[in-house]
Amino acid sequence: MALLEVKNLGISFGGLRAVNEFHMEIEKGCLYGLIGPNGAGKTTVFNLLTGVYKPTEGIITLDGENIVGKKTIDINKAGIARTFQNIRLFKGLSVLDNVKVGLHNHHKYSTIEGILRLPKYYKVEKEMDEKALELLSVFGLDKYADTLAANLPYGKQRELEITRALATEPKLLLLDEPAAGMNPNETQDLMNTIRFVRDKFDMTILLIEHDMKLVSGICEKLTVLNFGQVLAEGETSEVLNNPEVIKAYLGE
Amino acid sequence: MKNIKKMNKTTKSNLLTYLMVIAIYAVVQILVATGNVSSLLQGLLVPLCAYIILAVSLNLTVGILGELSLGHAGFMCVGAFTSAFFSKCMVDVIPSSGIRFFLALLIGAATAGICGILIGIPVLRLKGDYLAIVTLAFGEIIKNIANILFIGKDSNGLHFSTKDSISLGLEEGGKVIINGPQGITGTPKDSTFTIGVLLILLTLFIVLNLIHSRSGRAIMAIRDNRIAAESVGINITKYKLMAFAISAALAGVAGVMYSHNLATLTATSKNFGYNMSIMILVFVVLGGIGNIRGSIIAAIVLTLLPELLRGLQDYRMLIYAIVMIVMMLFNWAPKAIEMREKLAAKLKAGRKKNTKEAA
Amino acid sequence: MEGYLMVAFCFCTCYNIFQKGKECENYMSFISYLINGISLGSVYAIIALGYTMVYGIAKMLNFAHGDVIMIGAYVVLTVITGAGLPPAAAVLIGIVFCTVLGILIETIAYRPLLNASSSLAVLITAIGVSYLLQNLALLIFGANTKSFTSVVKVPSLVLAGGKLTISGETIVTILSCVVIMTGMQLFIKKTKAGQAMRAVSEDKGAAQLMGVNVNGTIALTFAIGSALAAIAGVLLCSAYPTLTPYTGSMPGIKAFVAAVFGGIGSIPGAMIGGILLGVIEIFGKAYISSQMADAIVFAVLIVVLIVKPTGLLGKNIQEKV
Repeated sequence: MALLEVKNLGISFGGLRAVNEFHMEIEKGCLYGLIGPNGAGKTTVFNLLTGVYKPTEGIITLDGENIVGKKTIDINKAGIARTFQNIRLFKGLSVLDNVKVGLHNHHKYSTIEGILRLPKYYKVEKEMDEKALELLSVFGLDKYADTLAANLPYGKQRELEITRALATEPKLLLLDEPAAGMNPNETQDLMNTIRFVRDKFDMTILLIEHDMKLVSGICEKLTVLNFGQVLAEGETSEVLNNPEVIKAYLGE
Repeated sequence: MKNIKKMNKTTKSNLLTYLMVIAIYAVVQILVATGNVSSLLQGLLVPLCAYIILAVSLNLTVGILGELSLGHAGFMCVGAFTSAFFSKCMVDVIPSSGIRFFLALLIGAATAGICGILIGIPVLRLKGDYLAIVTLAFGEIIKNIANILFIGKDSNGLHFSTKDSISLGLEEGGKVIINGPQGITGTPKDSTFTIGVLLILLTLFIVLNLIHSRSGRAIMAIRDNRIAAESVGINITKYKLMAFAISAALAGVAGVMYSHNLATLTATSKNFGYNMSIMILVFVVLGGIGNIRGSIIAAIVLTLLPELLRGLQDYRMLIYAIVMIVMMLFNWAPKAIEMREKLAAKLKAGRKKNTKEAA
Repeated sequence: MEGYLMVAFCFCTCYNIFQKGKECENYMSFISYLINGISLGSVYAIIALGYTMVYGIAKMLNFAHGDVIMIGAYVVLTVITGAGLPPAAAVLIGIVFCTVLGILIETIAYRPLLNASSSLAVLITAIGVSYLLQNLALLIFGANTKSFTSVVKVPSLVLAGGKLTISGETIVTILSCVVIMTGMQLFIKKTKAGQAMRAVSEDKGAAQLMGVNVNGTIALTFAIGSALAAIAGVLLCSAYPTLTPYTGSMPGIKAFVAAVFGGIGSIPGAMIGGILLGVIEIFGKAYISSQMADAIVFAVLIVVLIVKPTGLLGKNIQEKV
């Protein structure tokens, strides 16, 4: 059984049909790409998967569990984490604390224990610090641990956002244009890191991307979205050679 | 290793805040003992403690949660009236002022906290200035209710009215406890400067420890980016309410302090209306949004400033207002910040040059 | 469009109440309360208009707005009693004075903070300006209550065989409100300066790139808002003839509530919010409890905002993910 199964997903905003009869199957451990021209509805699909929007119709199952109608926080608890196209960090918190917010639901102590500084506070905080530093070191961000997130260079901010998402221990990681605004060298590094994350955490990753070098370089499977509809899907090389897809991208 | 260094940094900063309060307390005590504090200033000490608690607790809402509240004095009012009511009822039953005041504190904090939750549930759904105006509205309503409430007690128990003290229908020997606009008279004077400082330390303990804990991080995450906080599984409503309720409960504590220092407690627009809420907000913003130590300093300076300017008589409040505007411009205007940074850089460069020359 | 429908709806509701009121025993008193409410509400509406325009453009709550009302009233009073000028000239002088004052406040105290990192900075500065104006008035005019002589020379209207009297002040207030609202609506919609205002309120940066003088437009908005405040001050003090340095404070807050009530940033919203607030306040005072009138006003506001979080005519803007 696939990790993520989406069937007949659709949403309308007023009269506008943003996504129509969308379907997708992602096997566990797969690096999956969602591509399409601007305005095709890719981010809307992410918002549907994470419960930001409620679909007008359709089924989404994660690991056999239906997640349609759940709130964003419950979908995160069920195992989907994401990053955002326009980076959304906790700018007033340190890099370390950004990741520790991601650890919130897996390392717990009560507010009272926190205020009274009971032994559990020290124990769990230590665990969180260790875990967060471990995750940060994956991206070489551990040296920035005390820096305010707002003061991080742009490329590092994207990586911090991925780290924070990983901290919630997801089954499926959604990356919304992770290479946006990066130069070719940074993109190359990012590709290596995404592959490394997949292998190290045995993660399933779905990403939206416009950079075809990145898409063809790391995605194993693709779905192409055009005007809210699935235009093509399958193995990356096949899809990218599909004449329909080339037409949608280059125009006639 | 780095991590331990960081822990030390926040702990150090917190420790400095506690020490500052204790040092100020010691200085004031010495000044009072040597007779260097006018009786007018002495009378200001307990209210000052209440203002500091209010400023610190409002900073939790404004600086840490990131929501503008203009009704903080309302929670203070709830704490003040419920606790004064309790103390006046119990003045004969519990003779020990220590135990009575402790219970009064619990009751004041609890009722204000509950009010915080009740008001927070509808209000926290709103955003920005809309939230501000609704908190202001709640503050005014609470003040208004305090002004029309009549409660009396006789052998039959408690009597309530919203009209006047006669319609309470008390039997002979019964006494009016809350007398509408005349408020509560004869609350035992249980709060002292020392208790006030202890309560400031307690408030600091709660707020600072909350900020540097799992819940505090969640609250600040919501402040910085609600959508991202939701996406990593933070329960927005829960933590918003938690911050708001704790802030309200601490304002209630300030109210208990305030009411147990007065012969007659009335709810006017000066002490529990939006004027007070705004004054506390001024402390918070001038002291630095989210900066707890700054709130304390701003509360002390701005409370004492009019008293220190007393020699200037009629001009003192005018100067107070001008100082406030100038301080805001100096602290916040982008141009002023730029100028300050340039000046600091110049000074630094100058100093370097000097040391070089000296070498 | 929605705004005019709302106004029409309000009038229909009032008319219905009026018809029902006829059957009541005290329907004359009911009607006179209603008219008083609309009159007070008109003053709120004029003040709220200043609030709403300033908020729309500078995105700031101008807490000193209420105190400009008080200054305006003092200036008019001083000119009438001191210089013995006719009321019309005095009102004109008051308006000019407040306009200049508004521009001064904006340039000195608010403009440097327009791009500050926290929007609270300018709010607190506005509170400082409010204290400043109150204490200046206290120094110059003293703390004693001054009685304000009405500037309105319109005779009262006696209706229903002497059972219902509508004072000249009321007539002038309501008429001024209607004229001002219509004028402002036309100004915003039809003139170039009005267009610039709308552009700045939508997007300051884009407006600047399109060649709009942003600072000038903001100053103009403050000028208009302050001129309206002067008019409101005169009308308020003509109807309620006492004047102290704190006179402007509560009406200022109420008008702020009215602006939010109607949907801050919207001109018809300010009008509806103001009038509804005035009517609720007078009815609350008359029929429920005079001490609770303010609480009732605030409670209605809370209910409205909980049902419609951006006010009656406010636009609901969803944050895009």
